[in-house]
Amino acid sequence: MAFESLTEKLQNAFRNLRSKGKLTEADVKASLKEVKMALLEADVNYKVVKQFVKSVEERAVGQEVIKSLTPGQTMIKIVDDELTQLMGGEMTELKLKPQDQVTVIMMAGIQGAGKTTTSAKLAGQFKAKGRKPLLVACDVYRPAAIKQLEVNGEKVGVEVFSMGDKKNPVKIAEESIRYAQDKGFNVVLLDTAGRLQVDEEMMQELADIQAAIQVDYTIFVVDAMTGQDAVNVAKTFNEKIEIDGVILTKLDGDTRGGAALSIRAVTGKPILYVGMGEKLEDLQQFHPDRMASRILGMGDVLTLIDKATAEIDEEKAREMTAKMRKAQFTYNDLLDSMQQIRNMGGVNDILSMVPGMSTQLKGAQVDESQMGRIEAIIGSMTPEEREHPELMNPSRKKRIAAGSGVTIAEVNKLAKTLDQMKSIMKQMNGGGMKNFAKRGRFRFPFSF
Amino acid sequence: MEENEKMKETAAQAETENAEISAQETDAENAEVSAQEAETGDPADNAQEAENAGEAGSADDEESGDEEKKEKKGFFARLMEGLAKTRDSFRKSFNALFSGFSQIDDDFYDELEELLITSDIGVETTMKIIDDLKEKVKEQHIKKPEECRQLVIDGIKEQMRTAPAEYDFENEKSVVLVIGVNGVGKTTTIGKLAAQYRKRHKKVILAAADTFRAAAAEQLTIWAKRAKVDIVAGQEGSDPASVIYDAIAAAKSRKADILICDTAGRLHNKKNLMNELAKISRVIDREYPEARRENLIVLDGTTGQNALVQAREFKQAADITGIILTKLDGTAKGGIAIAIQSELGVPVKYIGVGEKIEDLQKFDADAFVDALFAD
Repeated sequence: MAFESLTEKLQNAFRNLRSKGKLTEADVKASLKEVKMALLEADVNYKVVKQFVKSVEERAVGQEVIKSLTPGQTMIKIVDDELTQLMGGEMTELKLKPQDQVTVIMMAGIQGAGKTTTSAKLAGQFKAKGRKPLLVACDVYRPAAIKQLEVNGEKVGVEVFSMGDKKNPVKIAEESIRYAQDKGFNVVLLDTAGRLQVDEEMMQELADIQAAIQVDYTIFVVDAMTGQDAVNVAKTFNEKIEIDGVILTKLDGDTRGGAALSIRAVTGKPILYVGMGEKLEDLQQFHPDRMASRILGMGDVLTLIDKATAEIDEEKAREMTAKMRKAQFTYNDLLDSMQQIRNMGGVNDILSMVPGMSTQLKGAQVDESQMGRIEAIIGSMTPEEREHPELMNPSRKKRIAAGSGVTIAEVNKLAKTLDQMKSIMKQMNGGGMKNFAKRGRFRFPFSF
Repeated sequence: MEENEKMKETAAQAETENAEISAQETDAENAEVSAQEAETGDPADNAQEAENAGEAGSADDEESGDEEKKEKKGFFARLMEGLAKTRDSFRKSFNALFSGFSQIDDDFYDELEELLITSDIGVETTMKIIDDLKEKVKEQHIKKPEECRQLVIDGIKEQMRTAPAEYDFENEKSVVLVIGVNGVGKTTTIGKLAAQYRKRHKKVILAAADTFRAAAAEQLTIWAKRAKVDIVAGQEGSDPASVIYDAIAAAKSRKADILICDTAGRLHNKKNLMNELAKISRVIDREYPEARRENLIVLDGTTGQNALVQAREFKQAADITGIILTKLDGTAKGGIAIAIQSELGVPVKYIGVGEKIEDLQKFDADAFVDALFAD
């Protein structure tokens, strides 16, 4: 999908506007159209978009352009601030009762949102925090749903309470509370069946559970890829069973996740967690500011900066910059920079956070095992060869390939990559660096 | 070497499976199956049957004539019913649009844009429809919004124009690979498809190649029992391609008409999972070249613009021949069907408008649009 990042679009829209003191109405209007389109393409609900654009307009017109920023950047900052605000501003935590009391959490949502998987992950996390969670199988409709919860429960080492698929879910919920109290569990997670919000009977079932037992948190689980209808679904769930919070799943896809914004705007309820993958620890707490950047396609610059400052060895970075300037990049340097990337959580993790990168590189996911191969190839070189790439010749290549168990073609590819990187560095030094920075684009010095 | 080992494995597995399946089958069913086999033994009969089924409901087969007639009559009604929630809100705003404006101005176009975008038709396709309309309005000197109504409907139909959806695979020896991201309803859809084909006296075998999600095979097994069809399953965590391999062997030896393969849900941006899918696809190509190949991607009707990306990425791993759009019985407008047909040219073949087996229906773009707008 050719989702050009909003950042780029805005930069383009403002290309001809330089060094103006204030944002004029005309400037703002021109860029707001881009903002609107970006949000719609991210599946933010149309009505929410309209309202949002209006509030941005009000704030932006007449806004002074800060010295260090271009008008485009100023505009992005305003949009980002407003989005973060709309998304709830700060991280919200799920507060459990003291250990000696039972906290009851009910999961609800439409089919396929990921309730069963999420329930198990959440239970696993509570367990890791020293709680005694109990999973309860209230989905008596979908074939093998109970079995799925049991298997997942086993994976995270949490007991599953089930009464088969012949009993009424309300009854199961009641019994499970009694069981939890008897056996000393202090968090009860009810996994309910998926239901469409228009299914009156099924919605009533949830309300009946709420009436029968004291549910502390009703959590609405929703697929991050949901489209324009997200508002209707969330609104109806909220009206019928008053939700307390939201969990957004499947955010490890490449969706912008505009549904998050729609749901938050319509229900006013906080987003508690986001599902970022299949593993237990991939259920993460929600950061509104990061989500705002994602919706805008700006990449998660904040996280990247966090990680970069924490992991990059300053001394080495300085050395590297000096070398880059001289375009003396050796295999050892390549090895070093790969190590630093590893420390920061791997290439794909970083790429997904780089502005514009997530979209440009879509599909071209970097295969991390490649890095291992490259390390192996370099490992088979002599110290001399590592420092002096120009020494490379066919017989050396043959030896290296044999030593590292790869083909000569792969060794050639690596040599070529290093050459390319050097020439990129040369370009950057030839005044290109400035343009690079100005275009707000960061090019990664690797091309595997 | 590898092949040989596999064959041995297959043989061993097939044995245990056969035991399992025969235990499942009731006597009555066995009788039914043999009756059907006798029937298909006659080539003339066979051809007749295929022809009838091919005529999409022009029911004149004496045996199932009544049933089919009922089905035909019920089809549009059921579609309307299934889409009821979708239709109501959509039609109301659609009507309000044409009656609410006295002239065709920017506000009118804005409102139309909102209506289309909130149906998940997507920015790009919406713009195409509106640009087309603007042009026609200018050309034909149209002044009244009401006159635009049909033009908009036609415009949407125009966007959905693709190669006609073909269902030949239903009547030939075929293998249907069902793919999609997590939670879209692949397993459920396969259960429904199996039941429908079985009802039409097809010999169906299911391959439970979702070896990743907990209890996925159990879920499909329950569906197989309901539909009274055979199933080939592997261990959780085993290689899905090997399950497919076994299932193909079973399909060949049991002379199945249709083999339907369930696969694990996978996000389209996970490279290794997409590679796994490509491998499954290659195994089918290599082991079962004589079967007609159908690759169906299941998309959740409530999904937004990401569905386009999904369809595009899956198309690269396994050439998609059709789309199944599920969960249209909610209030989602399913406009993504329009966007996909418009931008990718892949036809939607089935839509799911409810929980029941017959709620999975063949898709007809014109009927769909008409059902959305009809009074």
